[in-house]
Amino acid sequence: MSTRLATGGRLIDRSKPVRFQFNDTWLSGFEGDTLASALLANDKVMVGRSFKYHRPRGIVASGAEEPNALVNLGKGARHEPNQRATTTELFDGLYATSQNHWPSLEFDIGAINAKLARFLPAGFYYKMFIHPRPFWKHIYEPFIRQSAGLGRAPDPETRDPDTYEHFYAYVDVLVVGGGVAGLQAAKAAAKSGARVLLIEQTAHWGGRAAVDGGMVDGQPARDWIAATVKTLEGMENVTLRTRCMGAGVYDHGYVLGYERLNDHQPQADGPRHRLWRIRTKQIITATGAIERPISFAGNDLPGVMLASAVRDYVVNYGVAPGERTVVVTNNDDGYRTAIALKAAGLAVPAVIDPRVHAIDPPLVAQAKAAGIEVLMGRAVAKAKGGRRVTGIVVTAHSGEGAALREIACDCVAMSGGWSPVVHLWSHCGGKLTWDAHHAFFRPDPAKAPTGADGAPFVHVAGSANGYLFLKDVLQDAENAGRVSVGLERDPAPDANSEHAAPIHPVWMMPAKAGDDLRAKAWLDYQNDVKVSDVQLAAREGFESVEHTKRYTTLGMATDQGKLSNINGLAILSDALGEDIPQVGTTTFRPPYTPISMGAIAGQARDEIFQPIRKTPVHAWHEENGAVWEPVGQWRRPYCFPRKGESKHQAVRREVRATRNGVGLLDASTLGKIVVKGSDAGRFLDMLYTNLMSTLPVGKCRYGLMCTENGFLTDDGVVARLDEDTFLCHTTTGGADRIHAHMEEWLQTEWWDWKVYTANLTEQYAQIAVVGPKARVLLERLGGMDVSKEALPFMQWADGTLGSIPARVFRISFSGELSYEVAVPAGRGREFWDLCLHVGADLGITPYGTEALHVMRAEKGFIMIGDETDGTVIPQDLGLNWAISKKKADYIGKRAQERSHMTSADRWQLVGLETLDGSVLPDGAYAVADGRNANGQRNTQGRVTSTYYSPTLDKGIAMGLVHNGPARMGEVVVFLKEDGETKVKARIVNPVFYDPKGEKQDV
Amino acid sequence: MKRYSAFAVAREALTGHKGWERAWRKAQPKKRYDVVIVGAGGHGLATAYYLGKRFGITNVAIIEKGWLGGGNTGRNTTIIRSNYLQDPSAAIYEKARSLYETLSQDLNYNVMFSPRGVMMLAQTEHEVRGYLRTVHANALQGVKTRFITPAEVKKIVPIIRLDGPRYPVLGALWQDRGGTARHDAVAWGYARACSAMGMDIIQKCEVTGVRQEAGRVTGVQTTKGDIACDKLGIVVAGHSGVVANMAGFRLPIECVALQALVSEPIKPVMDCVVMANTVHGYMSQSDKGEMVIGGGADQFNNYSQRGSFHHVEETVRALIETFPMLSRLKMLRWWGGIVDMTGDRSPILSKTPLEGCFINCGWGTGGFKAIPGSGWGFAELMAKGHSPLTEEFSMWRFREGKFIDESVAAGVAH
Repeated sequence: MSTRLATGGRLIDRSKPVRFQFNDTWLSGFEGDTLASALLANDKVMVGRSFKYHRPRGIVASGAEEPNALVNLGKGARHEPNQRATTTELFDGLYATSQNHWPSLEFDIGAINAKLARFLPAGFYYKMFIHPRPFWKHIYEPFIRQSAGLGRAPDPETRDPDTYEHFYAYVDVLVVGGGVAGLQAAKAAAKSGARVLLIEQTAHWGGRAAVDGGMVDGQPARDWIAATVKTLEGMENVTLRTRCMGAGVYDHGYVLGYERLNDHQPQADGPRHRLWRIRTKQIITATGAIERPISFAGNDLPGVMLASAVRDYVVNYGVAPGERTVVVTNNDDGYRTAIALKAAGLAVPAVIDPRVHAIDPPLVAQAKAAGIEVLMGRAVAKAKGGRRVTGIVVTAHSGEGAALREIACDCVAMSGGWSPVVHLWSHCGGKLTWDAHHAFFRPDPAKAPTGADGAPFVHVAGSANGYLFLKDVLQDAENAGRVSVGLERDPAPDANSEHAAPIHPVWMMPAKAGDDLRAKAWLDYQNDVKVSDVQLAAREGFESVEHTKRYTTLGMATDQGKLSNINGLAILSDALGEDIPQVGTTTFRPPYTPISMGAIAGQARDEIFQPIRKTPVHAWHEENGAVWEPVGQWRRPYCFPRKGESKHQAVRREVRATRNGVGLLDASTLGKIVVKGSDAGRFLDMLYTNLMSTLPVGKCRYGLMCTENGFLTDDGVVARLDEDTFLCHTTTGGADRIHAHMEEWLQTEWWDWKVYTANLTEQYAQIAVVGPKARVLLERLGGMDVSKEALPFMQWADGTLGSIPARVFRISFSGELSYEVAVPAGRGREFWDLCLHVGADLGITPYGTEALHVMRAEKGFIMIGDETDGTVIPQDLGLNWAISKKKADYIGKRAQERSHMTSADRWQLVGLETLDGSVLPDGAYAVADGRNANGQRNTQGRVTSTYYSPTLDKGIAMGLVHNGPARMGEVVVFLKEDGETKVKARIVNPVFYDPKGEKQDV
Repeated sequence: MKRYSAFAVAREALTGHKGWERAWRKAQPKKRYDVVIVGAGGHGLATAYYLGKRFGITNVAIIEKGWLGGGNTGRNTTIIRSNYLQDPSAAIYEKARSLYETLSQDLNYNVMFSPRGVMMLAQTEHEVRGYLRTVHANALQGVKTRFITPAEVKKIVPIIRLDGPRYPVLGALWQDRGGTARHDAVAWGYARACSAMGMDIIQKCEVTGVRQEAGRVTGVQTTKGDIACDKLGIVVAGHSGVVANMAGFRLPIECVALQALVSEPIKPVMDCVVMANTVHGYMSQSDKGEMVIGGGADQFNNYSQRGSFHHVEETVRALIETFPMLSRLKMLRWWGGIVDMTGDRSPILSKTPLEGCFINCGWGTGGFKAIPGSGWGFAELMAKGHSPLTEEFSMWRFREGKFIDESVAAGVAH
C-alpha cells in the first residue's frame, strides 16, 4: 500500500492538516500537498479509468505530464472536469471525484471494452459500423460518444462564479521555467540591467535540483536556489511569478503566460486565472525535461510510475507510493529513486537494468552499496496485477520474455530516459535534432525561431537543451542568459560534476517481446494506445508520424503525448526500418498544458463581452421601455411599446404619429466622418459614385460608395462644411468600416493627396425631428431660422436651438418634412428632453428602428444590407442618377463595366404588392419556369424588404426582379418557405408614398 | 482490396491483426499517366476516385508533397452543410452532402458521417431576415432547411444560452441532415479506394515544375523525376498560387491562416453543430468528446500554418457568451491551416489558360464539406471538359464580374 512516511516531505507542513473529499469519502492531507500526493498518502493509487478500454488507471507522474490522474474537481458552479491531480494543490474542503466510469470507479461496466480489446485495435471504427447505414447515427455512434469523453460537463444553467483577467507585460527577456537553469539564466540576463520576467508553472522554485540535490558554489543546491531567488527578488529589473506557465510562443516575441492565482485558494478574492500577454525581445526556455516510461506488458497498471515521480513523492511530500518498489531503468538516473527509497526506509527488492556495466558507474555503485540488488541485462517481461500492480516477472532483456523469476512488489518505478521539453521552442518554428547519444530530441541551435530581423529570439537553457547534469545545466543557462542580452559567454557557478554510463535506449522490453506482450505494452495510457497499435498502423501504411498519430490517437490525449510521443515514434521507426530523425515528430502546438477558456476570454463577458456603445440618449431609451435591437456594438431601440402594446402595435403607432404629427428618432449612431484638405473633393469623387467636388458649401448630397468590385457597400448624405471640408454620413454599421476603407486608400494609393479624415461619430448626438409638425417644434425651440426659405431641402445650417449649439440638416429618410439636428454629444440628452417637452402638445412620438424601416420602405428608399448583399450594384437599384457620368474614374467604375454587370439580364429594383394585400414573406423568391442543369427551380426575383404599411394599410415590398422595371403591372409568383405555397404579387413602382416628393420639400 | 467489416475485424483478431493489408499501396511514379493530380488532400483524392469510378480513367497518379490528407483536409473542423444561398454553391455543396450520406458504404470505409444537424443562430434582426431568405432559396434548390424558434433551439441544444445580455437568440437556420464526418477518414477512405483501382498515390513527392508544349500540358517535374501526363489537375489548397505560377498563370487568390481549437474531452453535451455568426464562433462536439471550435481567419497573408492569438481570444469569448459552461473547460490544442481566399469567397473549379491543365482551389474556409461534390464535378470537368456543377466556378468569372458571393450566408469561417 501507499502511505505517508513518518518523517520527511520538504514541501508539506505537517502542523497544518487539510481535509478533502475523494469520491465522497473524507480524507486528510497536509498543507503543501498536491491532490495526487494526498491521494497516495491515503492509499488511493487507482484514481481513474482510461478512455477506450476503461482500464484502471493510477497516478503515474508528479507534474504537468500526468496522463491518468484526472478528476472532476469542485461542486456546483465551481465544478471543473479533467483537473490533473498532480498539479492541483490541496486546500481545505477540496472535493474531487474520479471520471469515466459507471457506476463506480471500482466497478465499471465500460471495462467490458478491455475484455474485447483484441477486437478493438487501432482504428477499428474505420473498418466496422459501415452497415447498415442508419445504424451509425442512431446506434453505434451514440454508444461510442457515451463511452468516450472524460469528465462531466459543467452545468449549462449555472454561471462560472470566478473571474479572469488579462495582463500585458513588455520585457527584454522572458525566462520560462524556475529550475536552476531558469534561475541562473535570469540572473545572467538581469545583471545587464535588462527587464527580466521569470515564470515558473509550479508553486516552487528549483525544479528537479531541489529534489535530487547536488552542490552549487560550495553549498547544497536547495540553499543556492533560495539564495538566488532572494537575489533576483531584490533586483528592480526582475519580476518573478510562480504558478505561471509559459503556454505558447508566437511570432514577434509574443508569449502567453497562464497564471493560476486562486486555484489553490478558491474562496480568495480576485481573479482565478490571469492570462499574461507578454511581448518580449528574447525568450529563454528553461523548461526542463520529462522522464519517459518503458514499454513492457502491464506497464499501465496502477502502481507503475515514473521513477522521478516516485522520488518526488518521497522527498517532497513524505509519501511512499509503495512499500516494495522495483526500479526498472535503462539509465543511471533511475538509481536515484532506488537510493531515495532506501534512504526513506522502504524496500527496494531489485533494480532491473537492461544494460550491462563493466565498471559500475557511481550511482549504480551507490545503490549496490546501500544493499540493493541490481539485475543487469535484465528486463521486466510483464507486470502483474489488476487494480494495482502485485509483482513483476523478470526476464533477459535480449530475449522474448521467458520468466526467470518473479518479484512481488506494489510499486514499479520506471525510467526510460529523459526527453527535453521542447514545446515552447517548437511553437514558433524552432527545429529539433536527434541526439543519438542521449536518445532524445533537443533543440537545433542552427534552426531557432527567428524574428523580423532574421535573428533567433528563442534560446534554450539547461535540461530543456539536453544537459542533464547540474554543472552543465548551470553553464548552459549562464550562456543563454548572457546571449539573450548580447553579452559574451562567461563561466557559470561551479557545481559538482558527475559521471554516468550511457543510456541504453529501450523502446520495447524485452527486446524481442512477442505479440502477446506487445498487445499489453502501453504507450499512451489515457487513450489506450499500445505498441501493437503503432505496429499495426505501420503495417497498414500509416507511415507518416502524423498518420500514425491520427490512426491510433497516440499523443492526442489531454497530456498531448508528453509521456508517449517519443516512445511511440521509436516503435514506428523500428517498424518502418527507418531512423528516428527520418520519421520526425508531430507538430508541437500551444498550449503547453490545457488552459481555461475563461482565462482566454478574460474580463470580457456578459454585458461587456464586447464594448457597448451608447448614444447620449441611451439612458432615456432604457427608462422608457425600449425594445433593443443590437446594431453592431450599439443597441438601438426597435420600438417603444406602451403598456399593453405589442411590438407591432407600437411600430404602427409610431409610424402614424410621425406621418401625421411629429416623431423623434435618435440617429446618433449614424457614421459621421469629416474629410478635410485641399484634395478632399477630389478624394470624395473617387470614393463616391457621385460628383462631390462640385457640391456647394452649405448643401447636402446623397452619395453611394462601392467596393473595388463595383458592389454597393454604403450610402449616406454628404454635407460640404466649407471649401476644404466635407462631412460624410455613413450607415450605422458602416462607420468604422468606411473610415478604414478611406484610410486604406489614402495610405496605400493616394498617400500624396492632401486629405485627412476623422471619425466624429461619437462627438455628436444626432436627432431627427420628423413629420409635418417638425418645423413648428423647432420654431418653438427658437434660436435659428428653419423656414423653407432660410433652410431649404438638402441644405444645412449652423445655429442654436433652444440655446443649444446645433447643426441642422434638411434631409429626410422618411419622405416627411424632416430635420436632422446634430448637437454636441454632451448636450444630446438635453436637446432630446427639450424636444419632448416642447412637443408634448403636438403629440411628439419617439420612434425606433422598425418605424424608420417601414417609413423608408413606404418611400422606396433602399437600405444597405436589405436591398444590397454584396452582389448588387447601384445600377440594379435604379440609382443611375447618383452615378456621375462626368468622372473619369471612381472606385468600382471599372468593375461595373464588366460584361455581367452591364448585362440586360440583371435583377433590378421594383415595388411589389400582393394581390390580396398580405405581407410578402421576407426573403421569398419569385419562381420562373423549369429547372436548371443542377435540378434547381429557376427563379426570377426575390423580396428584399417587406412590411405591413400602416400608412397604406396593406403589405408593401421591395424586391429585385429580372428586368423588373420593364415589367410594371406584371404578376409574378413567389413561393413560401415550404417551396410550394404560392403568393402572387404585382410589380409596381417602389415608391409607395408620396411619389412626387412633395411632403419632404415643404 | 480486402473488404472491411465487423466480421473481418473479428477474423483478424484471432490472428493478432497480422493479416491486414496496406490501406493504400506504396507507389513509385511511372513515366506516364493519363491524368496526374497534384495534391493528395480530400479534393484531389476524391477527384481521382470519381475519375475512376464515373469515367473509367484509372491510369492516374496522385502526387503529394507531404503526407496524404495533411493539408486542410486534416486540420479543419469537419462541418458538413449545404445551406448556401446562391444556386451554384447550393448545388455543389448539396451534391457533396448527399454523397457523404453513403460515402462509408461507397468506399467501404467508415468516414463517420453523422447528420446530427447544423444550426446557425440568428442573433440580430438582420440575421433573421438573411436566414429566412436562405430557407426560401434552399426550398427551391432542393436543400432541406427550416427556420426554427428559440424554444426549438434550446430543445436541440440544451447548453445554449438564449437570453444573453448582448445578442439574444432570435431563432436559427436548421439543416437536420448537416453534421460532421471524421476528416482523416475521408482522405484515407478515398486513398484506399483509389489505390484499389490501381491508381498510384505518391507521397513525399513535390512538384517543382509544369511541362508544356505549344500551350498544352505534357507533364510535371517532381522531386522524384519527370512524370508525363495528358491531363493535369492542380488541387493544392494553400499553395495554389505557387503551383499555378509553375503552369504559367496567375490566380485571384490570397492565402491566410485559419485557426481552430479543441477543448479537453467531456461526456456528451451537444449533438449538432452550432454556428454563431454575429459573435463569430462555431462549435461541435467530436465523438471523442472534445468541443471543436473555430472562428475567423487572420487578416494578414501568410503561408505558415499558425495564426495569431487575438482571433482565438475573440472566438472563445464569443462561444462562452453563447455557451457559458465553456468557461470552466480547458483548451487542449489549437492549430492553424492555410486557406485560399478568392474575391467572392467561392471556389474555382476551372479550365486554365494552359490546355489540359485544370485547377480546383479557392475553397476558403469551408472546403471539407465539399470534398465529394468537388471531386464529382471536377472529375467530370477533367474527363468531359464541362460539368454543370462546376460551370459557374470558372476562374474567368472574375473578369466577367459574375461573382458567387455568399457573404450573406457565410459571415464567418466554417
